[in-house]
Amino acid sequence: MRLVDTLALWLGALRGHGSRSAMLLLAVAIGVLAVVLLTGLGEGARSFLLSEFSLLGRNTLIILPGRNETTGGMPPITGMAPRDLTLQDARAVGRLPHVWRVAPLQAGQVQVSVDNRSREALVLGSTRDFFAIRQLELAHGQALPELDPGQAEAVCVIGARLRRELFGARPALGQWLRAGDRRFRVVGILAERGESFGMDVADMLIIPVASAQALFNREGLLRVFVEVQGPAFMAISRQQILSTLQARHEGKEDVTLISQDSMLAAFGDILGVLNLAVAGIAAIGLLVAGILIMNVTWISVSQRTAEIGLLKTIGATAGQVRLLFLGEALLLALAGALGGVLCAEALLWLARAALHVPLYAPWWARLGSLSLALCCALLFAWLPASRAAAMAPVMALRPAGGLS
Amino acid sequence: MIRLRGLTRHFQAGEQRVVGLDALQLDIHAGDYLAVMGPSGSGKSTLLNILGLLDAPDAGEYWLDGVATAALSEARRAELRSRTIGFVFQSYHLIPRLTALENIELPMLLAGIEPNLRRRRSGELVERLGLGDRLSHRPGELSGGQRQRVAIARAMVMQPALLLADEPTGNLDSRAGGEVIALLEELNDDGLTLVLVTHDAEHAARARRQLRLRDGRIVDEALLEPA
Repeated sequence: MRLVDTLALWLGALRGHGSRSAMLLLAVAIGVLAVVLLTGLGEGARSFLLSEFSLLGRNTLIILPGRNETTGGMPPITGMAPRDLTLQDARAVGRLPHVWRVAPLQAGQVQVSVDNRSREALVLGSTRDFFAIRQLELAHGQALPELDPGQAEAVCVIGARLRRELFGARPALGQWLRAGDRRFRVVGILAERGESFGMDVADMLIIPVASAQALFNREGLLRVFVEVQGPAFMAISRQQILSTLQARHEGKEDVTLISQDSMLAAFGDILGVLNLAVAGIAAIGLLVAGILIMNVTWISVSQRTAEIGLLKTIGATAGQVRLLFLGEALLLALAGALGGVLCAEALLWLARAALHVPLYAPWWARLGSLSLALCCALLFAWLPASRAAAMAPVMALRPAGGLS
Repeated sequence: MIRLRGLTRHFQAGEQRVVGLDALQLDIHAGDYLAVMGPSGSGKSTLLNILGLLDAPDAGEYWLDGVATAALSEARRAELRSRTIGFVFQSYHLIPRLTALENIELPMLLAGIEPNLRRRRSGELVERLGLGDRLSHRPGELSGGQRQRVAIARAMVMQPALLLADEPTGNLDSRAGGEVIALLEELNDDGLTLVLVTHDAEHAARARRQLRLRDGRIVDEALLEPA
């Protein structure tokens, strides 16, 4: 049989049984849609989180006060440490051989106001190096001045949204604002960047660390960011930081060090497993679609016994009969799967446009669901198609139903 | 052309064993016009199905063009059905979703014949059978006589040597039935071997050779001299 003619016969049969074809098409499309959409969501969430953590940088370590006793769990984000992490600790770490930059961080919620406009804002106390380590970009003005960490100064850098809310259309650079019981002059405005590591930089106010200590009346640091000279120095620096701080803290190991890699590993594993589980659930949906294909092909073979008998009478071989039924199922599965992928991509595109989250289905999910749909169709249509092929023509012809 | 020796076929109907054919002996020569008559259950259709390679005998030999068909593979049988044997049924057996032309061309499609040759062959037949203006209609839109003519065109389109007709006029009124018989006889005049199973004694009487079957055996045979 010529390929074109075979194709025409397949299409003719599918058109001839329109509602049945449509039902199958829908089932396969929904199965594939589920796989692509769910993995797209999962993978999107994963890459979103990973990119957030990546902002930490591969050379960066974070020192948190307090020791996490159980390994593997999340380190304490806040919490009372037996002993504070001080500016002197940060300085000592900064003197270590492979450490490039150190940024101590102090933070708290404070009422910020300009004239009669006022709102609660997250105030971070740090140094100029903090901008480099956290890759904060400035839209206007400049970062905090190069100061000794112990030196307070009444300057601040504010986030874009905070600027809008406090100053409206007026220029903010060089103006004064009030934070708690102190006044700060605006020297820089952060570029819009959205969420970063759980904090919205657009709502932040950044002041020198010593000013923050005075503002919050608290000596202890929330955390210290350390940037080493390169990824190769991470392990050794981790050791040196731990032993330095242990020595300074009377022999107690009471800090926790986290790095991008350790975070990524923890989250990546969890999300990876989650993603596989979701894909698995979706694949079961596809399998159900496969079983539907089998049922429908089976019904199709039963209803068309007379047609099969006729085909054999006019010279069709068993192989041709099998090919005809398999081809119909495969064509349906292919059309359904492509439709499903297209729908899923359209939905993901809409979600991306609406949520600004990078939701992309991975290539393995698209190809996998496509080939799974085809395999299902082939596998599940094989049995009924073989039954049709093996039918003795005289038996198939006996009930003349279905032909005119 | 056809040699049947001791051809036997039984069917199992529940507990009972029903005789289809009982040690039938028959020779059919190329160009023969053979009418097979008999009451229902006499084995007419069984004979036709075995001749058409749609069914296989339980015992006995069937030689087609000097070939023992029992030894043939299923693929070879399919090829013989495609190229040597044409089949016409009482209830037409047209595929309802295909147009008349598509039904006619279906055997050539299966045989892998290219479209140009298909058009030429179906065109000649269609003209001869007077179906020219009905080609794009589906079987549901055709009269019984037209449907049977489409079925005959489909059976003839691979230019077989043998045409087997199983009560081709059974569903037709006498006028349409007469036209169909005339058409088959015309094809026979061109050299086609024709085996016609019929209830209608009037139609059977026109055949040069007439068989009467009962319980799977030939009980009467008549040979007419060509008029």
